[in-house]
Amino acid sequence: MASMLLTSLRSSPLTSVQTAQFAARSLSTSVHLQAQVKSKKTLAKPGMKNIVLVDGVRTPFLLSGTTYADLMPHDLARAALQGLLNRTGIPKEAVDYIVYGEVIQEVKTSNVAREAALGAGFSDKTPAHTVTMACISSNQAMTTGVGMIAAGQCDTVVAGGVEFMSDVPIRHSRKMRKTMLSLNKAKTLGARLSLLGSIRLAHLAPELPAVAEFSTAETMGHSADRLAAAFGVTRLEQDEFALRSHMLAKKAQDSGLLSDVISFKVPGKDIVSKDNGIRPSSMEQLAKLKPAFIKPHGTVTAANSSFLTDGASAVLIMSEEKALAMGYKPKAYLRDFVYVSQDPKDQLLLGPTYSTPKVLERSGLTLNDIDVFEFHEAFAGQIMANLKAMDSDWFAQTYMGRKSKVGVPPMEKFNTWGGSLSLGHPFGATGCRLVTTVAHRLLKEGGQYGLVAACAAGGQGHAMVIEAYPQ
Amino acid sequence: MLVLVSAYTRADGDVVVSRMASARLLLSRSCCTAAKTVTGHGQRSLSVSSAVLARTHVSYEVKDNVAVVRINDPNSKVNTLSKQMQAEMKEVMNEIWGNSAVKSAVLISRKPGCFIAGADINMIQACNTAEEVTSLSQEGQKMFDQIEKSPIPIVAAINGSCLGGGLEFAIACQYRLATKSKKTILGTPEVMLGLLPGAGGTQRLPKMVGLPTAFDMMLTGRNIRADKAKKMGLVHQLVDPLGPGLKSPEERTIEYLEEVAVDFAKGLAGKKVPMEKKKGLVQKVQDFIMGLPPVRKQIYKTVHSKVMKQSQGLYPAPLKIIECVQTGIEKGNAAGYQTESQSFGKLAMTSESRALIGLYHGQVACKKNHFGHPERDVKKLAILGAGLMGAGVAQVTVDKGVSTILKDTTQEGLARGQQQVYKGLNDKTKKKSLTTFERDGIMSLLSGQLDYRGFENVDMVIEAVFEDLSIKHKVLKEVEAVIPPHCVFATNTSALPIKDIAAASRRPEKVIGMHYFSPVDKMQLLEIITTDKTSKDTTASAVAVGLKQGKVIIVVGDGPGFYTTRCLAPMLAEAIRALQEGVGPKKLDSLTTGFGFPVGAATLADEVGIDVAAHVAEDLGKAFGTRFGGGNIEVLKMMVQKGFKGRKSGKGCYVYGAKSKEKTVNSGAEEILKSFKLTAPPAVSGDEDIQYRLMSRFVNEAVMCLQEGILPDPVQGDIGAVFGLGFPPCLGGPFRFVDSYGADKLVQKMKRFEEVYGNHFTPCQLLIDHAKNSSKRFHK
Repeated sequence: MASMLLTSLRSSPLTSVQTAQFAARSLSTSVHLQAQVKSKKTLAKPGMKNIVLVDGVRTPFLLSGTTYADLMPHDLARAALQGLLNRTGIPKEAVDYIVYGEVIQEVKTSNVAREAALGAGFSDKTPAHTVTMACISSNQAMTTGVGMIAAGQCDTVVAGGVEFMSDVPIRHSRKMRKTMLSLNKAKTLGARLSLLGSIRLAHLAPELPAVAEFSTAETMGHSADRLAAAFGVTRLEQDEFALRSHMLAKKAQDSGLLSDVISFKVPGKDIVSKDNGIRPSSMEQLAKLKPAFIKPHGTVTAANSSFLTDGASAVLIMSEEKALAMGYKPKAYLRDFVYVSQDPKDQLLLGPTYSTPKVLERSGLTLNDIDVFEFHEAFAGQIMANLKAMDSDWFAQTYMGRKSKVGVPPMEKFNTWGGSLSLGHPFGATGCRLVTTVAHRLLKEGGQYGLVAACAAGGQGHAMVIEAYPQ
Repeated sequence: MLVLVSAYTRADGDVVVSRMASARLLLSRSCCTAAKTVTGHGQRSLSVSSAVLARTHVSYEVKDNVAVVRINDPNSKVNTLSKQMQAEMKEVMNEIWGNSAVKSAVLISRKPGCFIAGADINMIQACNTAEEVTSLSQEGQKMFDQIEKSPIPIVAAINGSCLGGGLEFAIACQYRLATKSKKTILGTPEVMLGLLPGAGGTQRLPKMVGLPTAFDMMLTGRNIRADKAKKMGLVHQLVDPLGPGLKSPEERTIEYLEEVAVDFAKGLAGKKVPMEKKKGLVQKVQDFIMGLPPVRKQIYKTVHSKVMKQSQGLYPAPLKIIECVQTGIEKGNAAGYQTESQSFGKLAMTSESRALIGLYHGQVACKKNHFGHPERDVKKLAILGAGLMGAGVAQVTVDKGVSTILKDTTQEGLARGQQQVYKGLNDKTKKKSLTTFERDGIMSLLSGQLDYRGFENVDMVIEAVFEDLSIKHKVLKEVEAVIPPHCVFATNTSALPIKDIAAASRRPEKVIGMHYFSPVDKMQLLEIITTDKTSKDTTASAVAVGLKQGKVIIVVGDGPGFYTTRCLAPMLAEAIRALQEGVGPKKLDSLTTGFGFPVGAATLADEVGIDVAAHVAEDLGKAFGTRFGGGNIEVLKMMVQKGFKGRKSGKGCYVYGAKSKEKTVNSGAEEILKSFKLTAPPAVSGDEDIQYRLMSRFVNEAVMCLQEGILPDPVQGDIGAVFGLGFPPCLGGPFRFVDSYGADKLVQKMKRFEEVYGNHFTPCQLLIDHAKNSSKRFHK
């Protein structure tokens, strides 16, 4: 009966926001009823384990070069791991496996997961590995964990992500490196001197890591600017969206909604307990900025782009059985997920457009079923371009092989607690933030389904459906 | 394998190259493209009158006080500055200038790949006198002068080719934007047509980019990519091409370019955007130096002597360009413009310009498939033999996205071939025409192997194995055992008759000759040879592959030496005779280059390979008898015996040093020549006589190929000779040469040589027919 009501409510055309909210609310109520009666009647698949998010935390996301400046990446990851331990109270030895995502790696800690786990006091018997997939690295960490649980290899996985942009590996030039390596092997003084003599001034120029595609040598901001132009996204639209992100983040922060943030006592500095990149300003101020990538006529500015951020996140993922057996009250089910990829030049940041319909189809849901959307905001222009792509029949038909457009998420359900533009975007850590935020928003707003979608360098993308755990 | 290196491809990239111009012209997508429209007088006057009612080529709208002028020739793929385009443009500009609400303007093309590709060649060709052409030039000058003096700023928004008159238009505007697309190229290719930039280009360019760069642009006619143009100061801003959005990338990119251009136009009108770029220190220093008359004088002198050295004075256009620039700078604008328009008129009437324009049209014709669309596209190609040729063919094939198998019989041969392909592509990354990533993607299409794995899926096999009939037969049989029924078998041979090779085939209708020229990635010609049994679809398929590889294609009949090798052989026989008669290699080279060949005959023999030349001379000698005689073939054989095989062995007529440019005469070869010494008959041994002896044998053989039906038409004969063998571009090819020089005069010369040397110089019947009747011409 409840499910019939549910179906009729979902399929009824909703005309106004109020009705939608009303519907959503009543819908979630009915879900509760249903869930309490039959918990498997949701997106659970026969023969598949239910995998749950027990909880998720993150360090405050800080502008790089601020309070975290003197740390190392594994220090941040350690903080997130310890935060998760404190928050969940899980015994360290109960954790079967740890997976972390990271993009720009500190060469000394290339398997940052292991270093952080050891440093956080996990058992040295708990294996840990690091994954990398640009901005969806921690999504990959989580789905790796999901896969391990689904395959019956373990029951309890900690997944997370970390990015530390205050310090990045700056290398000697290739020629200099070659000389230095040869120097190690040179046996005689003469050979060494002649190698030293071969060093030219130009060899001393360092190599900086760039947020650029290796395949196209185009920086991401440049690509985002072109993408915005391709979809006719104006500067005004981008600035408005950026402002919205900051306003919503500020509101969420002030109302204490960002409960995934843990306090972190930074060695030698104060306790940090808040994100520091949230800066609501005004349209006038935003309009003053000059384009950052395509000069002088571009539209992407420092203010409507996500900023370089330090931060780490962590989530505890378990099989539902195990979680219940250990007495946990999970926050959400992690359901279907997809990875997509497309042209890294002209469609670099269109991941959400491609991944959204794919994951919805896998789950048998439509856009209307989703109560909470959390999209990664790399650039305001990128989000607006994705929204326009999702709203275009022509794009869907020409590039996606679909009969009609994907459809656009309603803005009142979209990133309502701020996003990467305002909260910050530590590349490797953002994915866990998105998933945890969806879980928290579902709990807070009483929705049933949430959708995470993100783009990543390399022209890749990801989406995941998250289902509220019956409370 | 016939290996031909002509200087104009080798020298690609030199500063002042004029004879190379015509070759490079073919590289350019389209320079002054002849409009496909009917340009009859009736049509033109009709369209002029109708233009008053409705303009078809130029339209405009006013957006926020900015007039956006859009050009689009509805009858052609490209925009040209045809009479109608100019007339409509004048009207539109006058309306805009008369509208006080308009504060600035944007000039943009609605065609995705073309801004303005140049003047309309047909318009120039339709003129009968130099005066008429001069007045065309003056009209252009006047129009662009008005643009330059426009009371409101005009922004040229360039996407696609902006060449010749198109560039002259753009540089008359106050501001230029260009898209960073690969299709956006700027340049002044007029020199390649024996002309000069005749609408103010010779006057404006030096002021804009400086004297040395302007000379480089105008004398080479090279294409300049947008990013380079920005560095040179030719354009002010670059606009990025866009990818997929709510419209197709091409459409949206033009729209975006227009939006950006309109913003700049507003900025210029509101004085928010500076018109002039701030000059850097280097620029200031350069300007100062160029301000010194002795420095300029030295530049004129250097450029002049370089042009003379490289063109042998055979091309009038580069010299006129120097004169125009010099006059403009030293004597002022008025004199400069006058010299420009008059020189333009004179050049248009020269035989050199006609020859080069003829080649241009011929090249356009030889870039089409006249055999229809093949039943199946070649999606997978296999090449047998990873030698110089095989690897070269592989490179130009994978470069165009076709998956290719490169098969050799030995690991070493295969490795060498794969390295050649890699190097060819890697060199492009150094020139920045390819990214390393694109290079890797292209390389991934190449599969090097020693066996016939995967041959069951190939659509065409091109064999480039050793030139030996029995080996070719063996390979053909092996291949036919593994390929699918539809697969075409193409053989890359320079002299073996295709029908002899096809004799071993079970399916001769699928056998065809594809004669490439080395180095394959540089030489543009592909000679396709069909036998009586070759099917039309097989030919269509071979032409389609050749076109995909970017080749200029001639399709000829089967016979010993086909067309190109057959023309070259008697000329080389004559060259050997001249050497035996005591003309040294250096002298012989200077006589041939002095006639306009990019490579001298002795050097050419070394490049081809003395062994190959001996092989070909022997084969063709057997096929054609004493007519192909001349020099003693034993000279070549002896040289081969001594290891003087030409450049590849380091010694031939010359000794080649470690650096490719050093060469001295090989004394060993001289000794051999001495032992075969002939007495030079004084009556026919003057410099000019030697030139015409070489030339007439070449030309006579070409005409004979037409007479025998080996050649389908004179156009392909001209194209084959110029692009495959380096026949002087200024003469336009053997057939155009006969037309312009006069068949009767040539026959007279040949008769004189015939008296001394016999049947080597007997003119063929078709040539005699033309000599008898001066109204008979190969080209209309």
